[in-house]
Amino acid sequence: MTKELTPQEMLRIDLTPPNRDWMDIPTVIKPGIYCYPAKPEKVEAVGMPNPHVWSPLDDDWGLPEDWKETFLEGMRERLNKHRSFKIFMDICVRCGACADKCHFFLGSGDPKNMPVARAELIRSVYRGEFTKAGQILGRLAGGRKLTEEVLKEIWYYMFQCTECRRCSLFCPYGIDTAEVTIIGRELINLFGLNINWIQEPVANCYETGNHLGLLPHTFKQNVEFMCMDIEEFVGIKIEPPFNRKGAEILFVTPSGDVFAEPGIYTLSGYLMLFEHLGLDYTWSTYNSEGGNFGFFTSLDMAQRLNAKIYAEAKRLGVKWILGGECGHMWRVVHQYMNTFNGPPDFLEEPVSPITGTKFENAKSAKMVHISEFTADLIKHGKLKLDPSRNDHFKVTYHDSCNPSRGMGMFEEPRYIIKNVCKNFYEMPENTIREQTFCCGSGAGLNAGENMELRLRGGLPRANAVKYVHERYGVNMLACVCAIDRAVLPASMEYWVPEVDVCGVSELVGNALIMEGENERSVDLRGREIPGRGEVKEDV
Amino acid sequence: MAARILFPLAVVLAIVAVALIGGSISFLQPLFSVALLYVAFAIFFFGFMAKVINWAKSPVPFRIPTTAGQEFSLPWIKWAKIDNPSTTGGVLMRMFFEVCLFRSLFRNMRTDLRSGWLIHSPTKWLWLLALGFHYSFLIIAIRHLRLFVHPIPGFVETLDAVDGMFQIGIPPIYLTDITILLCVTGLLIRRLCLPKVRFISLAADYFPLFLILGIVISGLLMRFVFRVDITAVKALANGIVSFHPVVPKGIGAIFFVHLALVCTLIAYFPFSKLMHMGGVFMSPTRNLANTTRMAYHENPWRKPPKFHSYEEYEDMYREYMKEAGLPLERE
Repeated sequence: MTKELTPQEMLRIDLTPPNRDWMDIPTVIKPGIYCYPAKPEKVEAVGMPNPHVWSPLDDDWGLPEDWKETFLEGMRERLNKHRSFKIFMDICVRCGACADKCHFFLGSGDPKNMPVARAELIRSVYRGEFTKAGQILGRLAGGRKLTEEVLKEIWYYMFQCTECRRCSLFCPYGIDTAEVTIIGRELINLFGLNINWIQEPVANCYETGNHLGLLPHTFKQNVEFMCMDIEEFVGIKIEPPFNRKGAEILFVTPSGDVFAEPGIYTLSGYLMLFEHLGLDYTWSTYNSEGGNFGFFTSLDMAQRLNAKIYAEAKRLGVKWILGGECGHMWRVVHQYMNTFNGPPDFLEEPVSPITGTKFENAKSAKMVHISEFTADLIKHGKLKLDPSRNDHFKVTYHDSCNPSRGMGMFEEPRYIIKNVCKNFYEMPENTIREQTFCCGSGAGLNAGENMELRLRGGLPRANAVKYVHERYGVNMLACVCAIDRAVLPASMEYWVPEVDVCGVSELVGNALIMEGENERSVDLRGREIPGRGEVKEDV
Repeated sequence: MAARILFPLAVVLAIVAVALIGGSISFLQPLFSVALLYVAFAIFFFGFMAKVINWAKSPVPFRIPTTAGQEFSLPWIKWAKIDNPSTTGGVLMRMFFEVCLFRSLFRNMRTDLRSGWLIHSPTKWLWLLALGFHYSFLIIAIRHLRLFVHPIPGFVETLDAVDGMFQIGIPPIYLTDITILLCVTGLLIRRLCLPKVRFISLAADYFPLFLILGIVISGLLMRFVFRVDITAVKALANGIVSFHPVVPKGIGAIFFVHLALVCTLIAYFPFSKLMHMGGVFMSPTRNLANTTRMAYHENPWRKPPKFHSYEEYEDMYREYMKEAGLPLERE
């Protein structure tokens, strides 16, 4: 297990698969790799099927009698609902271009984690159960029958994919493993076989409005707690508005930002920015979550959780919605929300009240990314910034998978960082922008019990960070994703202990010169800024 | 060697053997030429159509392009119009580069772990072999039109002249004959020797390679070793396209081997991974514009979501909310 493995030991990875037919290699479910099963009450809370107590290490997973028919019927239904899934089942030529593009394969050497192989786990069932050739020729046609063993194997590997879509970038036909994983997980969820790290946030989000299950008053308190920090470090008193009707803008961010380090410092950044601008906005406790673990459960569940955003915007009567820094939240917001629950005709096309800029790219869905919003402010000279307050950081930027390959937001955060920091260094080009590597813990895999999987999956990203750390002395990894902020610290601590993690908005908050602020001798984390406090260098 | 390699090889060799025998017996020749070709083309045509229609029947509920560059954003930010298109023109360009130049494959690189470092280095071999193979195949197919179309179209003549411009050997060998042989062999060696590719390869991956290799070799043998009466082949081809088939005497058995392999490939096509030819045009991660926040896209099977309403939420937490001073709809 992880605790006994040093990074050197972890790095003994053999990327050469055995010279055997993959169907002959039995799958062994290992501690440190799998996540704990969903608790029945959390499955029940959202009305999903077959809530029961089970364990991945047991022989009997408590499958319903007719599970096989249900699985195959579910598969048929999804083949008919998604052209993507149908085509991706048919046209893979197994060229191998995706094989070494997956962070889980590169970090573990498990050949079934090559994206093509992971998809073949399901494709083989498709061929064996749905195509004539597979039904007649069986293995010779690459087909196999659905058995309990096969289901368990699919379960194990569907939770070793973070739906980051790096493989789909390199596929000559655009086959997207995330589509296969999304649908694979939907099928798994027909039997109550989710993992609890996904199911519990889903149940929480459904009821309390956020993954962490923060009740309305607690959510408010947490935000106000950060205002106390800001008052102490910056000298500005902020009273953020909650559930306020008639505000111009509804702000939605992942609840991770109001809960734990270092996300809370990103929250400080938001609060300061809005205060500085005098923005007419509101938080919502009802819709206190931008992230969407429903997306890691089923598209239906994703739609149900996502529905609150527009519903709350309508109730509060806002004009448009501003979204905080989050990865998969932005995949859902950008590529799904409008189709799920739109079009939101009761909202107005987003216009920045400060600069008058129309956000053309969001004119239908009416939701703007905080980095788009901030970059526009900086470009128009609306923020007074002192980048030297971030001089103690040598920053690199981690492109989160979803805003990269499911949206294409690359320049905005970079533009912001370059304006609020003086020391910015890019990681090697094959590891950033559209080719970025996952943090290793996305898509609901950021639990504690699967730490070995997370550290292995985090290796390619950490390895690139280590490169810029050794070469340029980089000590801060900036990102625009709450899961990144939650999980990269563990990955950094293991692989590159000298590097911290922050949100881009935290760096903005550090550099932002606010009216009436005090001499800033500490940053938003309350850490002394070197060279401050005693002698202040004048610009 | 594993069954997944030997079985498809055996099938191809069996086809060769059967065609050799059938092609040597004159009363079987119509069966091994005319009938086979008609049947194969019919299967190909209807099979291909059926597959594409079947795909098209499934809707595209969500717009999920894989965005491979900067999105359309603020006016001063440089937008990757082709790699992350938001217009129809951009999508057409993206598809052009994908289909005609294998854009995504061109991105390919290999990642190796060397003394604790993951090294990512560009590799163009797969791209080169794939591109070389597909274009050679296309040019060869077009060259074969001279057997079927009268008079021979100008572009076929031109292509023929360019392809044969080096005038090496008698009869001169075509460039594409060499490149297709090299590329298919390269692709096969890759599959057999690279452990990762070998691991994921199925019989269905070796079969088309062996078939195509058989087609190329039999074609070359026909041209250079067991010379076939080209006038007779032309007469046969003309008869087939004009639906008045006759089988002239004196066509060597090797021709029937070549034809049988081609017919197998054509008939096998709609039921195999070779359908990537049609599928690449329909892949939702490539052929959609990144406009999901700019325009509404309808999901034909969308159902209104069942979610926890604000009213239910307030009912559940009213006391807490009141105490925390949060505004309420109902006191």
